[in-house]
Amino acid sequence: MSETALINADGRKSRRSLYIGIFLLVEAVAMFFLLKGTTGMVSTFVLSSRRAGVDIAAPDLVIPTWPAIFSTGILIGLAGIWQSVRGFKKRTTAVLIAMVSLGLIAFLIWAVRDKSLNLTGMLVSSVISATPIALAALCGIYSERSGVVNIGIEGMLLMGAFVSVVIASVTHNVYIGFLAGVLSGVVLAALHAVLSIRYRVNQIVSGTGIIILSLGLTSYFYRAFLIPNPRLNSPGTVLPSLPIPLLWRIPVLGPIFFNQSPVIYVLFLLIIFTQFFYNYTKWGLRIRSVGENPKAADTLGINVFSLRYISVLISGAIAGLAGAYMSIGSIGFFNEGMSAGKGFLGLAAMIFGNWNPGGAFLGSLIFGFFDSWQDKLSILQVGIPSEFLQMAPYIATMIILAGFIGRSRMPAADGTPYKKE
Amino acid sequence: MSKASDKPSKPKIQEDRPRSFWQRLFVRKGVSGGIILPILAVFTALVIGAFIIAFSNMDTLAAWGNFFHSPLVAFSTTWATIRDAYSAMFIGAFGNPAEINKQLGIWLKTGENKALLAAIRPFGESLVLSVPYILAGLGVAIGFQCNLFNIGAEGQLYIGGLATALIGYSVHGLPWYIHAPLAILAGAIAAGIWGFIPGILKARFGAHEVINTIMMNYIAFRLTDYLLSGPMKSKGGIPVTPDVLPTAYLATLFPSPVRLHWGFFIALGLAVVVYWLLYKTTFGMEIRMVGANPKAAKYAGISVSKTMALTMAISASLCGLAGSIHLLGVDHRMVRAFSPGYGFDAIALALLGNSHPLGVVVASLLFGFLRGGAARMQSVAGTPVEIIRIIQGMVIVFIAAPEIIRGLYHLRSSRQQKKIAQTNISES
Amino acid sequence: MPPILELRGITKTFPGVLANDHIDLTLNEGEILAILGENGAGKTTLMNILYGLYSPDAGEIFIHGSKVNIHNPHDAIHLGIGMVHQHFMLIPVFTVAENVMLGVESTRAWGVLDRRTVSKRIGEISARFGLKVEPEVLVEDLSVGIQQRVEIIKVLYREADLLIFDEPTAVLTPQEAEEFFRVVHSLVEQGKSVIFITHKLKEVLEIADRITVFRNGRVVGTTTPSESTEASLANMMVGREVILTVEKKPAKPGEIVLDVADLHVTDDRHLMAVSGVSFQVRAGEILGVAGVQGNGQKELVEALTGLRSFSSGKVNLLGKDISRASPRTIREAGSAHVPEDRQSDGLVLSFPIKDNLVLNTYYEVPFAHGLNLNGGEIENAAKERVNEFDIRTPSIFLPASTLSGGNQQKVIVAREFSRPIKLLIAAQPTRGLDVGSIEYIHNQIVKKRDDGCAVLLVSPELDEIMSLSDRIAVMFTGKILDIIPTEKATKEGLGLLMAGVLSESQAEAA
Repeated sequence: MSETALINADGRKSRRSLYIGIFLLVEAVAMFFLLKGTTGMVSTFVLSSRRAGVDIAAPDLVIPTWPAIFSTGILIGLAGIWQSVRGFKKRTTAVLIAMVSLGLIAFLIWAVRDKSLNLTGMLVSSVISATPIALAALCGIYSERSGVVNIGIEGMLLMGAFVSVVIASVTHNVYIGFLAGVLSGVVLAALHAVLSIRYRVNQIVSGTGIIILSLGLTSYFYRAFLIPNPRLNSPGTVLPSLPIPLLWRIPVLGPIFFNQSPVIYVLFLLIIFTQFFYNYTKWGLRIRSVGENPKAADTLGINVFSLRYISVLISGAIAGLAGAYMSIGSIGFFNEGMSAGKGFLGLAAMIFGNWNPGGAFLGSLIFGFFDSWQDKLSILQVGIPSEFLQMAPYIATMIILAGFIGRSRMPAADGTPYKKE
Repeated sequence: MSKASDKPSKPKIQEDRPRSFWQRLFVRKGVSGGIILPILAVFTALVIGAFIIAFSNMDTLAAWGNFFHSPLVAFSTTWATIRDAYSAMFIGAFGNPAEINKQLGIWLKTGENKALLAAIRPFGESLVLSVPYILAGLGVAIGFQCNLFNIGAEGQLYIGGLATALIGYSVHGLPWYIHAPLAILAGAIAAGIWGFIPGILKARFGAHEVINTIMMNYIAFRLTDYLLSGPMKSKGGIPVTPDVLPTAYLATLFPSPVRLHWGFFIALGLAVVVYWLLYKTTFGMEIRMVGANPKAAKYAGISVSKTMALTMAISASLCGLAGSIHLLGVDHRMVRAFSPGYGFDAIALALLGNSHPLGVVVASLLFGFLRGGAARMQSVAGTPVEIIRIIQGMVIVFIAAPEIIRGLYHLRSSRQQKKIAQTNISES
Repeated sequence: MPPILELRGITKTFPGVLANDHIDLTLNEGEILAILGENGAGKTTLMNILYGLYSPDAGEIFIHGSKVNIHNPHDAIHLGIGMVHQHFMLIPVFTVAENVMLGVESTRAWGVLDRRTVSKRIGEISARFGLKVEPEVLVEDLSVGIQQRVEIIKVLYREADLLIFDEPTAVLTPQEAEEFFRVVHSLVEQGKSVIFITHKLKEVLEIADRITVFRNGRVVGTTTPSESTEASLANMMVGREVILTVEKKPAKPGEIVLDVADLHVTDDRHLMAVSGVSFQVRAGEILGVAGVQGNGQKELVEALTGLRSFSSGKVNLLGKDISRASPRTIREAGSAHVPEDRQSDGLVLSFPIKDNLVLNTYYEVPFAHGLNLNGGEIENAAKERVNEFDIRTPSIFLPASTLSGGNQQKVIVAREFSRPIKLLIAAQPTRGLDVGSIEYIHNQIVKKRDDGCAVLLVSPELDEIMSLSDRIAVMFTGKILDIIPTEKATKEGLGLLMAGVLSESQAEAA
């Protein structure tokens, strides 16, 4: 940003504060529009679910529609007034996120007015939809924290999906298939790493090239080999869900968190591990330093290049895993272009989460939620075309990128190739 | 102390004119090796492609399985596969030369043109396919000149198509010389706005245009889905718009089945316009300055953010036109799977053409012919069309990292060439 | 006992520059050695060699009497050498502790960071040397003075015995500098040896045990504070070499062209870089602004050329208020600017020379009519200027990157001088140039002045200022300490002012 921008920063900060306040007020007003005709209605959220033939009962969550929306509106309105007049200062981001979430909840309550929706089911499918996105986000985090921009995630996902299916079909072993998928991600990542780190190619160009190569290779070999030989595209079993004993019976939380594919468990573990790794371990510290100020790290004797290589390769492995999950972990076969933009959504989730695994997971959940909600809501005939609901995650990302939600904490050296003097 | 009069004798300068066209082709800044590198990149990619084709062919694989029994058969099968595939591609791209010759003779004698048209159809088709490439490639290229990465070409294509289709089918009673240009203009403006948004976000907030344009892509796709299944849907079951009125068509140049339409010349014309804009106008100078050195541009008094936002809009307009013109010239209505990835390919194109309009046109023609040939290659030789994408991906990698090609073919780098040149200058 | 450090014959060349020319240097244990010299004298290069960031072309390094080879910072750290760079090598989003431990982290099992041990050790060092810091605070929230403390702790944490400080007080306020000196004394009392690089005379006399003076890549002499005065040091630093004097007639100052009143400008870090500067430049005179780099000159020039907005004050060009004007408007009002960094600010290296010659005038008639560029006119003008200003190039179509430094600067000068200008602002116009080019540029500047132009010359090179200027202003920490007519100025006097030392009369006037 220009130098003059810095000098005017204070002016802009208070303007931004005002904009947020106005936004909240507008949101509150929108709430009041939702109130129309909902007196006396009740929104029913079914929390019971049925897994593995067992009913996990839970009481229905019955919310009186009008009072709920009304109180949310008041709350958001008050927040809006406070923000416009005083501003929440340091808490602004948290408050903003809370108010937007409240708004979404109110919207959901309105959509379910006089009807019922299986909320547990929706949350379960949210997590499932979110998983490839979250893994893609993690892939991005590992790469970008060390300073290498990776927009080729989409390509790595596809390659992982493809290779895992083929190997699993050939060996009739899903686990080997997963391994193969992971390795294929590593190979593509190695290409990206060599181009970006050694040849100092523009990382966006390199990433785009990888996507195109991957699209081409997977589609080509799909047509050349998989279509004529369907045996290559039938690994047989899909990786089954793994219920965690005892925990899976907990109402609501059980089905969501404790009865999912092992890959999802791996995801949870990875998120916790990654958060821990970067903030509490020696290597995490060093990798972060390489991503923030490689020159400083270099003067302290840290090998910038090898740390970047390793990070990119790890990110490739995760992407390969994500791809494998999408194919042999879910639907059980490969389809052309099946990554369907999840790689980019992962990048968006990563930005949303400020390059932190926890935040990225939250972002992925939100994207996943939107994904499953537009399915269910179209059934409910909400009145808003499902396509617009689908647009929401993308618009949200753009708003976040524009800096309206706090300061983006991209690793300072992200995207700049390092040259040793 | 040296005095100004003690100048060493000036080196003998020949008449100082711009380096000739050919000189510039061969020694261009940015891509070391001028035109040699792109040519070698494409060549190498085709060679590697050949091997992929060969070894994904069942017969070849079987022959190699039998290698120790009959090694020669393995080689000959390999060669046969490659030859079949690439010759099918050639015919698909250009048409069968022998056939064209023959039909040309017949036409000259008898005036029978139907078979001749069929013979030159592939050539015409390749040109048709290159039109969206030219336009999208120009769009992405102009972005690159300003150091902006417009990955949103695909989405802008769709938006352009939507706007054009709308004007095309809903406005009645206009003569063609108003209707068609109006429809085209609508597409350009709509797409321009679509690209302006990420542009202004970058200029004012520093938000990186790569992610934003990608996001806009998806928003465009969803918007298309929505419009095509609702407000803009034609009567009937499938999600397509009503057909565009004939007054908005871009006429074909030859009778059917050759589909080459006026859009081809519009595209070429726009290439000239872009060339003029970039190299012969003040604004073009500003675009290139901001792309090369934003700080110096600021010092020279240019508003960097204004330039960036405007350039993104123009870039998007051009990409939108790719959609518009293809629609008016070929499809005549908007469909869901509107583009086989023209937007993404355009990035490879712009890189291959070194962001110069002429290079983009040449690269677009190349890609158009490749694509035309690939269709036939698939139907005749059974090679999937996606080989094109593999070749494109490899081309990007080779162009982005010239050292690979240089190493492969033992070329001298331009930096080394420059050093030699400089020592020559300073020694003289 | 052998000295803790001895350098013999260290030589280092960079393309076109002999940075270190057979340097001999010794440092005794427990000693504070100051390395004094102007910018570009070769001090930092030498220290970078010692720290392993560069490798010398020739020469030897002895630590405690034994010869050593230092290939990288690792080796240097191993040998007990620690360096605090002029531009801090800190990671803003890390805490103090994280910055300190980076690379030598204490860990528990599985590589988990042992923050407690690190904090404890930092506390010990803190107490021992009087460097108060809070380990868990983010570096970006710290003031510059405290950030420097972190850098020092970094070095002590690695058990350095020989500490090198590169321009340590360059970015400190006077109070923070006092604090720093206290720390240095403490370090030495505990047995450390210190080298610090500076160009500030006062400090050197205050705390150094010995002083080695550099000039143009060579050691000019070694002395002690008791044997020198600020004046004698200034003399050694700046030298009595043949000055490139320019033949110039006495000035005939005319109307006031540039009028600066009480200008306050903040820098990128929101600190006040220019605090209340006022001066005037008349037509037909050269006002030189002398001063060590980093005292606000950059921000001053940016404010005067419209590249930086400022909080208070007024700037008038020929009576017109240009305080809020854009760079283009200011230029069109008759101002010309030769920027400090020709390659990044003044030229687009990938553009052909002919385009660079119209980089900021391309949109004016006759180079363009409306949108249309007139290539022919640009080429003609380019050919003319290449001839007029003797720019050595085989072709105006080659990119500017093919030009030598001197010729690049000539392009900028040609560009700025080829139109009627009332005010010329030249910032370090001869930086990095060879003697011939320097002479040429100087002559051009004087010619402009004789044509009636007002010239503001900003340069850290005292020779240049003295030979060109009619009046000299000295800038120190954002203020102009004094403006003296050149006839009355002496090198020593200016050197003192540049170091912030006011004579009695000046102090009274301030």
